[in-house]
Amino acid sequence: MPARSKHIFSDWQLVLPLTIFFASFVFGPFALLVVISLLADGSFSGMGADQYIRFFSDAFNVTIAVQTLWIALQATALAAIVGYSLAYIYTLSPPMIQRILLFLIVLPLLTSAVVRTFAWIVILGREGIVNSVLLHLGLIEAPLRILYTPAAIVLALAQIEMPLMVLPIITALTNIDPHMREASEVLGARKWRTFFMVTLPLSIPGVLAGCLLVFAASASAFVVHTLVGGGQNMLMPLYIYQQAIQMNNYPFAAAIAIILLSSVLSVVMVINFIGRRSRGFVHA
Amino acid sequence: MRSLEYAEPVGSARESVLSRLERWSFFAVIGTAGSVAILLLIAPTVIVIVTSFTDSYSLKFPPPTFGVRWYAALWTDSPDLARAALTSLQVSIAATAVSTVLASVAALAIAKRRSTWARLLDSLFMSPMMLPPLALGLALLAYFNILGAGVSMTTLIIGHVAITTPYILRTTVASYSQLDPLMLESARSLGARPWFMFRTVTLPLIAPGLAAGAFIAFMVSFDNVAVSLFLSDARNEVLPVRLWTIIESNLDVRAAAVSGVLITTTIVLAIVMERIVGLSRHIK
Repeated sequence: MPARSKHIFSDWQLVLPLTIFFASFVFGPFALLVVISLLADGSFSGMGADQYIRFFSDAFNVTIAVQTLWIALQATALAAIVGYSLAYIYTLSPPMIQRILLFLIVLPLLTSAVVRTFAWIVILGREGIVNSVLLHLGLIEAPLRILYTPAAIVLALAQIEMPLMVLPIITALTNIDPHMREASEVLGARKWRTFFMVTLPLSIPGVLAGCLLVFAASASAFVVHTLVGGGQNMLMPLYIYQQAIQMNNYPFAAAIAIILLSSVLSVVMVINFIGRRSRGFVHA
Repeated sequence: MRSLEYAEPVGSARESVLSRLERWSFFAVIGTAGSVAILLLIAPTVIVIVTSFTDSYSLKFPPPTFGVRWYAALWTDSPDLARAALTSLQVSIAATAVSTVLASVAALAIAKRRSTWARLLDSLFMSPMMLPPLALGLALLAYFNILGAGVSMTTLIIGHVAITTPYILRTTVASYSQLDPLMLESARSLGARPWFMFRTVTLPLIAPGLAAGAFIAFMVSFDNVAVSLFLSDARNEVLPVRLWTIIESNLDVRAAAVSGVLITTTIVLAIVMERIVGLSRHIK
């Protein structure tokens, strides 16, 4: 069997076109980006870590980097809490409701991110629904400034990226052997104890997979950052855009892009590491 | 022994009150959080649709009076938006076509392999999902500038192929992996030649996964801002970038009408795809 060719072409011929495409248009450009970030200035006069030194020696830049990651982390935590409950409800629902819920979860993923972000402008704006309700109830006298605050960015990110959190958790929860939960209850553990000692630990790989996706998406969510955060809340994606397009400072923009990329990848690697350990725990 | 038997009914009676309390509190908490999640999934979309039917010049919610003037404005005097929508369609269709061919062919080789190189290639091809799209946009812009190509429709399509490939790869790899090897084996033993077998057995079986992947890829491309921002100029501005500019600069109410059109189209297409290929199953 293995000796006979299974398909028309052998494997390496099949992956060749995509590999060439990725080498030319993804990894080639990224390698170039690294080189550009190491240029001393825009004129190829010298190479060195000048741009990185410039970035980290200015407190303003470091604050932008920390704020970007902190906002993404908060959004991930919020999405995890709300998303977990939704995923849990999904697993308890009858098949008919499950189909509708799944469709409702998937639909936002397909809807334009600009449109979903725009929704938050309508909701949180000066004349938005939140301010209308608060004014109507007499809780406030003048409209609050909710839009263009870090809290608004966190809220919008958590809602917009939530489907990325819910889907892997649903997969993890449906993969749990129902006998585990029954066993726990037969042995006398009540609902909360069963949840915290059995269900939650067994679904951790799904939660981590969701956290990974939501964090990566939130840290580089240019549209949400710029529209809900506005110009006052400078975060790394906007900073990259501003330095490249408005200031024409490509080496510095490239350095910020590399810093953003490496911080996202390091968080992803940490989560992956925890994930591997927790999977070991789940299968032990 | 005897005292144990005696004590049991008392203990279980007290426990049933406690466990009822616990069961109640458990479902109250999960139910509340889950309802918030469902509300968060649906409400923003509904609010945008309602706002798009406002008759006023502001995004006040709820709208003071209703009308279709902003939809009429889209139809009669929005050549900028119409042109951007046409460019978007062209770019997304072209990019989806290219990435569908590249990714589904590569998936054929990757799917059944557990070897190190297959897994390495798989994670490399999936990497655009984790990499900040803004960094990819910047990298490609610098790359094309150095090659002397500048930005054009072609460069825009190339950028979109890179970001859409992972989605098609994921659904097709999943479909290939679920193929029953007996099916292929029996076709082969009946004397089917490789190409004939691919056309008559493999392709029909993976078609739903392929179609779902292509649809998601199209939507992702149609929705992309971060990559398009760098790779398009004034001549080939795409719809989401145009919409982003409108919302970011003067918050024209036409943005609500465009959002209304996009939401409706997305829902209709998603329902059609759900019916034909079981879309949400493939995303999950």
